[in-house]
Amino acid sequence: MSSSLGSEHRFAQFKLVLLGESAVGKSSIVQRFVKDSFSDFRESTIGAAFLTQTVDLDANTTVKFEIWDTAGQERYRSLASIYYRNAQAALVVYDITQESSLDKAKYWIKELQKQARGGIIIALVGNKTDLEQERKVSSEEAESFAKGLGLLYFEVSAKSGTGVRECFKQIALKMPIEDSLRKRRERKSRTVDLNKRPSTNEQQCAC
Amino acid sequence: MDENYDVIVLGTGLTECILSGLLSIDGKKVLHIDRQEYYGGESASLNLTQLYSKFKPSRPYQGQFGKDRDWLVDLIPKFLMSNGELTNILVHTDVTRYMEFKQVSGSFVYRDGRIAKVPASTVEAISSPLMNFFEKRRMRNFLQFVVDYTEDDITTHHSFNLDKDTMEEIYTHYGLQKGTCDFIGHAMALHPNDDYLTQPARDTYDRIMLYLTSVARYGKSPYIYPLYGLGELPQGFARLSAIYGGTFMLDTPIEEYLWDDDGKFAGVKTKEGTAKAPICIADPTYFPDKVTATGQKVIRAMCILDHPIPGTGDADSTQIIIPQNQVGRKNDIYIAVISSSHNICSKGYYVAIISTIIETDKPHLELEPAFKVIGPTKDVLMGIAQIYDPNEDGSKDHVYLSKSYDPSSHFETTTDDVKDLYRRVTGHDLVLKQRKTAEEEAELAGLD
Repeated sequence: MSSSLGSEHRFAQFKLVLLGESAVGKSSIVQRFVKDSFSDFRESTIGAAFLTQTVDLDANTTVKFEIWDTAGQERYRSLASIYYRNAQAALVVYDITQESSLDKAKYWIKELQKQARGGIIIALVGNKTDLEQERKVSSEEAESFAKGLGLLYFEVSAKSGTGVRECFKQIALKMPIEDSLRKRRERKSRTVDLNKRPSTNEQQCAC
Repeated sequence: MDENYDVIVLGTGLTECILSGLLSIDGKKVLHIDRQEYYGGESASLNLTQLYSKFKPSRPYQGQFGKDRDWLVDLIPKFLMSNGELTNILVHTDVTRYMEFKQVSGSFVYRDGRIAKVPASTVEAISSPLMNFFEKRRMRNFLQFVVDYTEDDITTHHSFNLDKDTMEEIYTHYGLQKGTCDFIGHAMALHPNDDYLTQPARDTYDRIMLYLTSVARYGKSPYIYPLYGLGELPQGFARLSAIYGGTFMLDTPIEEYLWDDDGKFAGVKTKEGTAKAPICIADPTYFPDKVTATGQKVIRAMCILDHPIPGTGDADSTQIIIPQNQVGRKNDIYIAVISSSHNICSKGYYVAIISTIIETDKPHLELEPAFKVIGPTKDVLMGIAQIYDPNEDGSKDHVYLSKSYDPSSHFETTTDDVKDLYRRVTGHDLVLKQRKTAEEEAELAGLD
């Protein structure tokens, strides 16, 4: 992280949601991004469906992603509206070796456009480029679809790590940093923190 | 999807979702199904298209109050007590990670034809228009007794026995007037009627303490409310359940229930196939033949306003209680007011939900005093709901049913039902443990 802790350092946080068919490697991409590791035999996501990771854009700007994984709620298309609420970025993942996973990705993009706030940055991400010889979805097809809808487009391999950091960095560059800093300040002042225990003094009644 | 589970939960109301989350944390394999395509069941918050199609099917929403998606109107109006049990469960399970809460600005009570703030401190009591000078002193003495009362110190008991002496006797001892007793019993202890007067004082004492400690937490009122409406609560607990392995299927009606030879629950058939489990938790709508209407019916009027409630100092959110005595009724009338400051409607609008237990055959007329309090409305949608109780405790057929959401103004009875169901399903009491941090969970999931 940058050594500059001066008042000019900008630190902005954004919610990023993952979407895509089961087993396309959503959690693996996050695991590569957050922990720079990979496991071949991941169970369906249990636990840890809420991770954070930062991206330094320059010496004075850090973007922190609060990453929401579907936690299996995508299997029967049972994601709650709370999942999309205030998401500023979305990674819609498909598997380049599974034709049908791109159709599912298209479904999730439609869902996002319906449920998420306007201005959300959506990236279509083809995973498993390490399996190039089994490729069923051409880069051209997916990219032209993404460009047609004004989405970002990346191909990555969670297994080898190729493209993963770059994908998050490009999304970070698109985040409305000033806007977010201002809104966060406003919001902090009007919500209550339930986890903050009152001091013993306050706990006594005010009568 | 033919699979085996430990528990099948039917309906995604708040009670069911809390249990789903708690049981998943316990390591149970949970399948959670709802016949509707949205989360929340009876405790959902609906947008205006959904709301009008439910309560005014002949008149669909036309966009007259702004963007449909800005609106989230609660089907069951309630607030959280900031020191109550639901808050406690939210904090222990860290569902607070997925939601944000805001204080409710004020708590008001109706007396002699107008509303006044419920005094929550000595300072407020002294300036309150609810009491004259002498009554204020009596009120202060009474509150001092409540606050000083310590179980182990008999000198603080003032010769009262809370488990024997009635609340009426305590009021009489402190010489409190009827109107003062009304706001203590109804606006602070939140009793819906006057039955408590002749019962032992313990329950009322606990309720007053809950009110006072809740006010003490954030200051303005004892209540908090989630941004984007109460429908966020079941969704937050559903997410907790999913993160601990729970499987969710919305938009999935039950085609058939399966039973074993002893008549015990064995599973369900849906469009996705057969799912088996030895235990079922469900809301009353899934087993209409296993519940009985209590006879109580609740009327709820959802009112769309373009102004704050007169006399509340333009509060963006309030609870207003009309004690039954004040308007010649047997049950209190509650008004919950929320606005765009809690992100539940378009800017400039307010939603006031009036509710009470029906006493006559002209229920809409019973709400008249409340309509006078809230002032002109842009539109009103009304619904009447039956309250159901399960017939049995679930030990025979392993179907454990929740109760309908009652007309009380907060969630304390809901969490009582959650704890009671948890105990019947698992055989032991619910002991809340602090949930692991995001880092610890990452490690458990093999992500370190």
